[in-house]
Amino acid sequence: MMSTETLHGAQDHWSRFTLRQRLLRYGGLALTLLVVGWALRSIDVIWAWVWDAPSQMADLFGRMMPPDPSNLPSILEAIWQTVNIATLATMIAVVVSLPVAYIAAQNTTPNRAALWVGRFILVSSRSVNTIIWALLFVAIFGPGIVAGIAAIMFRSIGFLGKLLGEAIEEIDRKPVEALEAVGASQFKIVLYAIVPQVMPAFFAVAILRWDINLRESTVLGLVGAGGIGMILQGAIDTFNWPEVSMVLLTILALVVFGEVVSTYLRKKIL
Amino acid sequence: MLKISKLTKRYGSGDPVLKELDLTVEGDQLTSVIGSSGAGKSTLLRCINRLVEPTSGSIDLNGTEFTTLNRRSLRIARRRIGMVFQGFNLIDRLTVMENVQSGRLGYISTWAALTRRYPREDIRHAYELMERVGIAHYANKRADELSGGERQRVGVVRALMQRPEILLADEPTASLDPKTSEQIMSLLRDLASELKLPVIINIHNVAEAKEYSDRIVGMRYGRIIFDGLPSRLGKAEMDEIYAGVPAQDRAQAGAAA
Repeated sequence: MMSTETLHGAQDHWSRFTLRQRLLRYGGLALTLLVVGWALRSIDVIWAWVWDAPSQMADLFGRMMPPDPSNLPSILEAIWQTVNIATLATMIAVVVSLPVAYIAAQNTTPNRAALWVGRFILVSSRSVNTIIWALLFVAIFGPGIVAGIAAIMFRSIGFLGKLLGEAIEEIDRKPVEALEAVGASQFKIVLYAIVPQVMPAFFAVAILRWDINLRESTVLGLVGAGGIGMILQGAIDTFNWPEVSMVLLTILALVVFGEVVSTYLRKKIL
Repeated sequence: MLKISKLTKRYGSGDPVLKELDLTVEGDQLTSVIGSSGAGKSTLLRCINRLVEPTSGSIDLNGTEFTTLNRRSLRIARRRIGMVFQGFNLIDRLTVMENVQSGRLGYISTWAALTRRYPREDIRHAYELMERVGIAHYANKRADELSGGERQRVGVVRALMQRPEILLADEPTASLDPKTSEQIMSLLRDLASELKLPVIINIHNVAEAKEYSDRIVGMRYGRIIFDGLPSRLGKAEMDEIYAGVPAQDRAQAGAAA
């Protein structure tokens, strides 16, 4: 008691920040406001159109109602195609990403060169958006489902490889040590000590990516890479708003379906 | 017979953890290595099968010089040394049988390992050993469903599946309660005489070491300073083995050198 009084008795003032820190914080705030103001000025917004948006929205909604189910058979066929694109691409990507994850993980990579090759594959796959991959593959394979599968697959390899690589890096090293002591080859160590530990992450990541791919493959059609997006694009181009709303409803149903299936699988497997 | 001579291990550029250490183990002896943390017990054990690479010296197991083996020959030679770990080091998500059979991974083909089609002889041997240590009824259970003592028995059986010429145990009872710990110690002692297998155990519990070993080796800062029958290990010897702190020892040895 005595000591605290003598230590702090003379002081009745306390502040969280020093003067210098406070000035720096105000300076940071001013700078941020400046950047936001500059960004708003440079994007050249036509404000009349922004204020107009609510009535435009109401108008569009009016034209979309009621949804037109007359084209439903071909919409459903396109949705089925979309599901197939997502599923096939995910399956191929999972297989391809396994060796990439193996060489891109610090603790299993055979050497530094392989590590960098692995990381380069992961980064280049992830830094290019699915739509841009699709544009590329439409140019190569021509419009259609093959370009869509290739695009989704190329984007997924980076995602799956990165997360699986991280799962490999997080394994418990003890079983690996035990199997080294037994005299097992590197491949058998992977088989018995690494694969079982990575298995749960593997399924979780694969299911998550399938769910994401389901959503991503709905827009592939906008660049001609197959699926429901083709019909959506056609309907928008011809101002067929009732069909547009029908397509949007179907996509919504698809996304809910994907969510339900992936939740179920996750519960079942993990 | 395991003959270690002039074994030195230095991590990086620091002081050596093992200093020209000599040790010979033969027959079906159970040898306990005691010493305070940092004395180099664990390093000594791991140098024998080269989980830790020795800096210099020689390790000879029944005529095979271990220190000069290349990667491939080392893998084949490691099949002859069984090892049991403090943390059991089992593969949790695999069944007890798979864990036990992983002791044979050095022998069976990759295809057999992948498809879990183990040789009949190995399966028979596994059931015999599991029966012997009392875990045969767990064959189809996942390893992480077992209790600590049972898990260590799986670890022991995995090592014995190798039909090893020597068994190394790195603090096999340190993660177990006192009762289970004694069970594992007496199991190791009995197995040593049943299988005519020399066993080297790193252990912190001196009372257990004295009760179950045929021979005790006391280490202090990388050297063996006691080697003899458990009955010869008295208070004076104990004080010498456990006196001071390794860091102080190290500083003194550094000044002396």
